[in-house]
Amino acid sequence: MAKTDTAGRLLTTPIFKNNPIALQILGICSALAVTNSMQTSLVMGLAVIVVTAFSNMFVSLIRHHIPSSIRIIVQMTIIASLVIVVDQVLRAFAYGLSQQLSVFVGLIITNCIVMGRAEAYAMQNGPAMSFLDGIGNGLGYAFILLAVGFFRELLGSGSVFGFTVLPTVNDGGWYVPNGLMLLPPSAFFVIGLLIWAIRSFNPEQVEKNEFNITTNTKTTTEAA
Amino acid sequence: MAANNSTRKTIIVALSLCVVCSVVVSTAAVALRPIQQQNQELDRKTNILQVANLLQPGQSIAQQFSEITPRVVNLETGEYADNVNPDTYNQLAAAQDPAQSRTLSGADPAGLGRLENYATVYLVGDPENPDEIILPVRGQGLWSLMLGYLALEGDGNTVVGLSYYSQGETPGLGGEVDNPRWKAQWPGKEIYPPGSMDPAIRLVKGGVSSSTPDAEYKVDALSGATLTSNGVTNMLQFWMGERGFANYLARFRDTSQGA
Repeated sequence: MAKTDTAGRLLTTPIFKNNPIALQILGICSALAVTNSMQTSLVMGLAVIVVTAFSNMFVSLIRHHIPSSIRIIVQMTIIASLVIVVDQVLRAFAYGLSQQLSVFVGLIITNCIVMGRAEAYAMQNGPAMSFLDGIGNGLGYAFILLAVGFFRELLGSGSVFGFTVLPTVNDGGWYVPNGLMLLPPSAFFVIGLLIWAIRSFNPEQVEKNEFNITTNTKTTTEAA
Repeated sequence: MAANNSTRKTIIVALSLCVVCSVVVSTAAVALRPIQQQNQELDRKTNILQVANLLQPGQSIAQQFSEITPRVVNLETGEYADNVNPDTYNQLAAAQDPAQSRTLSGADPAGLGRLENYATVYLVGDPENPDEIILPVRGQGLWSLMLGYLALEGDGNTVVGLSYYSQGETPGLGGEVDNPRWKAQWPGKEIYPPGSMDPAIRLVKGGVSSSTPDAEYKVDALSGATLTSNGVTNMLQFWMGERGFANYLARFRDTSQGA
């Protein structure tokens, strides 16, 4: 009973309570690059779920045999192999999407979430639990990607999953699309706002100030 | 755990990991390659059918493509090169191969650097007297090399469509070259003025209406994307010019004027 409880929590805590993007601020770069439409966000999310889950599982399987001096490169090799396999599968079975995602599938290798979970969780825990942890963190990543993708696609192209919601001026409608939303910087704003929203609901996620700003001691008369 | 850190164990783990991973990766790559190549082929054919306005959803691409004959053209002479097999000739690879291409000296408006000696063209209908001629075009936009096809009617002059299958321009601005509404302006435009093989087609700012002088050679540029628009103009000027397909297209113009 206790085990299923942990398994459930492994899957769900990374979505809101300990989200890899929103709380740990990992994997931001790919979140900027692929979120201009929901479809690419979804595929990227699925690819990361698969890679994180299996890399966690394999790292955990051989964790008692990994020499600590080369453990990072061992994890890296496993992750890289998995990413190449995922990339090849996408090219074979989802050609159009793999064209849109272009290099970003390959760049899952450098996604800190995958590596972070292998090092932080899979090195200490059993394969089944590590697998679930990987799925959970992948879900957390995919959740943020879809949320960001939703706002960017809706405001930037007036559609959701390619279906027109706000008919744009270019297509004879009334909505003037916000071009900034299609460019990577807008993901910063959306992610920032999401982090704000999540932390408003879970105030325990708010970090303590590292520095206290001292009050201004200069008087106005001195400045004048 | 200390045993794990011995040099012997380290080397064994590293070696066996490498072997296992390389087997997995190469198996995936080799096993999936036929499907991937099929996808690329299908993608290329779909693009060609699309630009020729022949794409019928729901019908098999291979069947629709059977009406199209690929031929290889010598860009310098404009003659068909029957010694090159159009099914295996890879034009983009040839452009990188010093044996099959030359460095562009002088003006290089499309930003190509090298130009291949042969190009693959696609003829719709009867290859001797085609209904449509589909030509590969490419050129530098603002950020990226834009790759596409230009479809002309059998007279080698009237545009059927222009469409890009690969470009990395700014989404929403230059990326609008993929917008069907922008592409809808192309059909009916003309490349060359009467009696000349000097391409007149270009993108202009401020819109094109039927009252614009020389409207048949002008297409409305993309708003907010001057450099991408320049890229499109330069690309067409180059590929329709004498170093591009002008020598080849002349044959269609002669026959149509003679008839």
